[in-house]
Amino acid sequence: MTAPVSAAARREFMLDTAKMACGMGVIGLGLGLLNRQARALPAGAIRPPGAGSETDFQSACIRCGLCVRDCPYDILQLATPAQQVATGTPFFVARSKPCEMCEDIPCVKACPTGALDHGLTDINQAKMGLAVLVDHETCLNFLGLRCDVCYRVCPVIDKAITLEVQHNERTAKHTMFLPTVHSEHCTGCGKCEASCVLEVAAIKVYPIAQAKGELGAHYRVGWEEKRKAGQSLVEERGLIDLPDRMPEGVTLPGHFDPGSSGGTGALGTGGQLPDGAPR
Amino acid sequence: MKPARNAFARDAIAAKGWWSAHRWLLLRRSVQLGVLALFLAGPWLGWWVVKGNLNYSLTLDTLPLADPLVMLQSLLTGHVPERNAIIGVAIVLAFYLLVGGRVYCAWVCPVNIVTDAASALRRRLDIRGGGDLPRQTRYWMLALILALAAGTGSIVWELVSPVSLLPRGLIFGMGGGWLLIAGIFLFDLFVMKRGWCGHLCPVGAFYGLLGRVGLVRVSATRREDCNDCLDCFAACPEQHVIRLPLKGAHKGVGPMIKDSDCTSCGRCIDVCAKDVFQFVPRFAPNADDQARPGAQPEQ
Repeated sequence: MTAPVSAAARREFMLDTAKMACGMGVIGLGLGLLNRQARALPAGAIRPPGAGSETDFQSACIRCGLCVRDCPYDILQLATPAQQVATGTPFFVARSKPCEMCEDIPCVKACPTGALDHGLTDINQAKMGLAVLVDHETCLNFLGLRCDVCYRVCPVIDKAITLEVQHNERTAKHTMFLPTVHSEHCTGCGKCEASCVLEVAAIKVYPIAQAKGELGAHYRVGWEEKRKAGQSLVEERGLIDLPDRMPEGVTLPGHFDPGSSGGTGALGTGGQLPDGAPR
Repeated sequence: MKPARNAFARDAIAAKGWWSAHRWLLLRRSVQLGVLALFLAGPWLGWWVVKGNLNYSLTLDTLPLADPLVMLQSLLTGHVPERNAIIGVAIVLAFYLLVGGRVYCAWVCPVNIVTDAASALRRRLDIRGGGDLPRQTRYWMLALILALAAGTGSIVWELVSPVSLLPRGLIFGMGGGWLLIAGIFLFDLFVMKRGWCGHLCPVGAFYGLLGRVGLVRVSATRREDCNDCLDCFAACPEQHVIRLPLKGAHKGVGPMIKDSDCTSCGRCIDVCAKDVFQFVPRFAPNADDQARPGAQPEQ
């Protein structure tokens, strides 16, 4: 063995390795970026029942399509590369074909990896997505009519969607029946979106992550704390009534609003500063 | 004197007839298309013999088969699969351990049909040159996709893998997937000879590692009859595997092609007018001891 030859060989080996590592780095970067894109489920795509978060689902789903095959209503499809959903993973589009919520959930049973959670045995507990009445300006019920279709077709009627009554200010003598979604009961099946009579649905199903807000972990809802404690947690005496900021031109008798009361001074119409207010 | 161009396999066809000179190729295409046909019989004809695709399938509602590389990636993301997937992987692993890993590449994977077509057209149009990469690039690719799965928590490779995409697309709908497949065809045709399957595909690399001791091997049993026509080299998707078993008798190398890159496609058997090659069981007595007497024993 001669030293110069082995040094040259070592140099070549290291150069080749470096080249290869750089090449793989570039490919890896590209694939990584693609993966970040694929993680964001687009608004129109709803996962079958039992799918967890996108991260969990994309680690467990092996893209075999057995859920697609076992869906008796042919609702599910596997994403192709031109679509925004991760290639090969199953989804459905609620507006064209919503989930029929089979009681035996065959799609979940078909899943070989548990990407669709086999622990889900009651389809009413499914959380495929969450319906949101997105557009109050075109919803016929918000316009004062009695369309009610989304409410009527809801498989969990009167729980997932209720009609909340409200006085119709426009006609002054009618009642509006406002479809209202309750997230604890909505399965995200998409029947409401599919059957919305408008050209473009006013009620839509979104992936949960896009539709649902989340309170800060430290937030406490006062009335619930009061119920749990059996009494108000805040002592009644010595509370300061701060000024109420009202919309422009609106006055409420008995409320102190220095900003919109006509600028006549600290005291508005009928406003009284309570004891202890800063002067 | 035979013409230099387009003479590929002409001797074999003349000596054995067209059918014998395409025997293994036709068998292989029948198996590849037969597997696809089994999957397509369900959606097209309503005969649900096999459901799913090559990533995972369920035959007659009882026999699960799972792609070990996809399952390995899923495992690396931290997901523990359920029973059927585990059984399916075990069966597939056992099968390819026995028959040789890259049998999958040549006999099942439909991308092979695409790249073989590119290779045949390249030969016919006499397209030479183009880029080159070391063949071990595929092992780097394999390491990369495993690292990506472990690092991101997603089966990233499945977003683009043509090996999954083509069968899945044929069975469930291709959508924009044709672009990728066309890309591979053009890449193999113009950019790099045997570029995808022979240099880059991490799935092939995985099956290569899996099949290091595959029991069914091609052997240059009658290598002394070789007339140096080079048709086997022209036909072989992994040319380097042939050289020593065919020409290494003086170095004491046995005739059996043991390199795990060999896909057991059998095309060398077809195109040889002298019937040099044949399939042999790896551990058959005397299968690989035809090295010249007195030569160095094989390492």
